[in-house]
Amino acid sequence: MIRELHEKLKNGETTASGLAESYLARIAERDGEIGAYLTVLVDEARRAAALVDEKIARGGTIGLLEGIPGAIKDNMCLTGTRTTAGSKILDNYIAPYDATAVRRLREAGAVVLGKTNMDEFAMGSSTESSAYRLTRNPVDTERVPGGSSGGSAAAVAGNMAVFALGSDTGGSIRQPASFCGVVGLKPTYGRVSRYGLIAMASSLDQIGPFTTSVEDAAIVLSEMYGYDSMDVTTAESDGKRFEDFLSGDVRGLRIGIPKEYLSGDLDERVRKVFLEAVERFRSLGAEIKEVSLPHAKYALPVYYIIMPSEVSSNLARLDGIRYGMSANDRSERFAGSDTLLETYLDTRGYGFGDEVKRRIMLGTYALSAGYYDAYYKKAQKVRELIRRDFADAFREVDLVFSPTAPEAAFRFGAKQDDPVSMYLSDIYTVTANLAGIPAISFPVGAIEEDGNDLPLGGQLMGKWFDEETLLRAADAFEKSGNT
Amino acid sequence: MLTTEEVKHIALLARIGLSDAETEKYRKELSGVLDFFRELEELDLSSERQGDGVPVKENDTREDRVAEFGPVGRGDIMKNVPSGKDGFIKVKSVF
Repeated sequence: MIRELHEKLKNGETTASGLAESYLARIAERDGEIGAYLTVLVDEARRAAALVDEKIARGGTIGLLEGIPGAIKDNMCLTGTRTTAGSKILDNYIAPYDATAVRRLREAGAVVLGKTNMDEFAMGSSTESSAYRLTRNPVDTERVPGGSSGGSAAAVAGNMAVFALGSDTGGSIRQPASFCGVVGLKPTYGRVSRYGLIAMASSLDQIGPFTTSVEDAAIVLSEMYGYDSMDVTTAESDGKRFEDFLSGDVRGLRIGIPKEYLSGDLDERVRKVFLEAVERFRSLGAEIKEVSLPHAKYALPVYYIIMPSEVSSNLARLDGIRYGMSANDRSERFAGSDTLLETYLDTRGYGFGDEVKRRIMLGTYALSAGYYDAYYKKAQKVRELIRRDFADAFREVDLVFSPTAPEAAFRFGAKQDDPVSMYLSDIYTVTANLAGIPAISFPVGAIEEDGNDLPLGGQLMGKWFDEETLLRAADAFEKSGNT
Repeated sequence: MLTTEEVKHIALLARIGLSDAETEKYRKELSGVLDFFRELEELDLSSERQGDGVPVKENDTREDRVAEFGPVGRGDIMKNVPSGKDGFIKVKSVF
C-alpha cells in the first residue's frame, strides 16, 4: 500500500492532505464502534500533511513514508500529546519529548493520525485492561483485537491508518496482528530504539510496525531502526533498507518447525491451517525440517518471572511525585495522604488496574529476599538455555515457523476469570522476546466460528539481526496467495 | 498458597495500598500464578550461567562530562509535576 500511495502522491493523483482527510473521515465514521484510538490528532495531522504537499508543490523529491498516515501506540511519547500507556495513573501526562522511533518517522514525513488504545502498561493479550475504552476487532466486533497493541492492530485492520506502531514484550504486536488479520513485526532486540517507549520490561521490549503487507512493514522498519545514543542497547545500522531484500525467492530456504509447538493440545483447526501454510512454503521451494526447542515448555513460566520482575522495577517511577495522577490531588478519595508512604500507597493503589498490580507484586515477590535464587536467578538461567536452543536450531535452519497464537480472536470476557488462561495466549510468542530474535506474524488463513472467518497468523522467527530473511520469506508467502 | 501476611508484605514493598478484600483477592490470584512456575523446580541448573537474551554488545559508555541544558525543556517537564513550587518538585517530608 505504501508504494502505491507514494506513486499517487508523486504523480499528483492524490495529495497528502487528501489522504489525511480520508483517514480522519474514516476514523470519525468508524472509531466510535471500533475504539482503536485514545487521541486523534486532527490539527497536527493536517499540518504535517500540508507540509508534505508544500514540499511536493516546490518540486521536492519525497521519501516512501512522506505523507503516509500512521498511528502510534499510546505508550510512546509524542511531544505535546497526552501519553497514557492505557492507564489512569498517566491520565494527564503530556509527553515533553518524542520517542526516537516516533521522531524518525515524523522526520521521514509520516503523518501521525493519533495515539492508539492498549492494555494498561502493555500488560495483556486482549486490550481489555485499558483504563479508558474497549477496542473491538474490526473483523468481528464481538471479539477482542488481541493485545497489548490492540488499538494499533485494529486501526490498520479497520483501514483507519496505513501503518501503526506497537510494542512487543511477549507477543504484543504479533498476537494482535494474528487476531486482526494484519502483518505485525517484532524486530531483533536492539534493532529499534526504546527511548521514549514507556518501559515495561527493558530486556524484552521492542517497537515494531503493524501494516497490511510485509513490504510496508519493511519500509516502516527501514525508517526507524539504528543506533540511538539515548538507548545504548541499540545496534549500529549499516544504512540498508529492508524492502530491498524482498526478492520473492525462497528456494532452498531452510524452515524449521519446532516439534514441541505442535503437541496434541493444539486446536485441530489451528493445526490444519498452519500445516497448509507449511505446505505452501514447501511448494515455493523452501526446505522444511523438524527442529527441537527442548526448553520451549519453560518459556511461559520463565517469561512470567522475568517480565514482572523488570516491570516491578520500571513502574516504581509512577509514584505521584514527578508526573501523573497523585493521591495528593484527590483528598476526597482517600482517608488522608499525610505521609510520603501514604502518597505512594494511595496513588498506586488507586491509579493502577488489577493486572498491573498483579504483575508488580509478582515481580516484587520474585526479586525479594529468600526468593530471588529460586525464581529470578533460575529463570535467567533457563532463559540462556532457551537462547541456546535457538542458536542450535539456527545451525540447521534459516527460519523457525509456528502458529502465532494457539487460537483465533476470543470473545470479550472469555479469559477474565483466570489470569493464567490469558497468559497462555503468549505460548508461541514469548520465546522470541526471551531470546532477542526477530519475529513476524502474517496472515496464513482463517478458522470459522459462529459464521465468521477469524484470521490466523503464522509466525516466522529469524536469526539475530536477520530481518532480511524473515521479511523475504513472509513476503514470498503473502505474494504467492495473490495468484 | 501465599499467606495474607506475605501478600501484605509484598504490597508494602511494592508501595501499593490494598484493602483487606483486595489483599484476599490477590492472595488467590498470585498463588495461582506461582503454581504455574512449579515446572521450573524440576530443572537442576546449578552449573548453568545466567543469560539476558541480549545479543552480545560491549557496554556503551559516554564521557563523564557534565552537560548543561539550562532551562531547555524544564517548562514542559514541570507542567506534569503534580505539586511544584518555584521550579522545584514538592515532596512530603521523607523523615
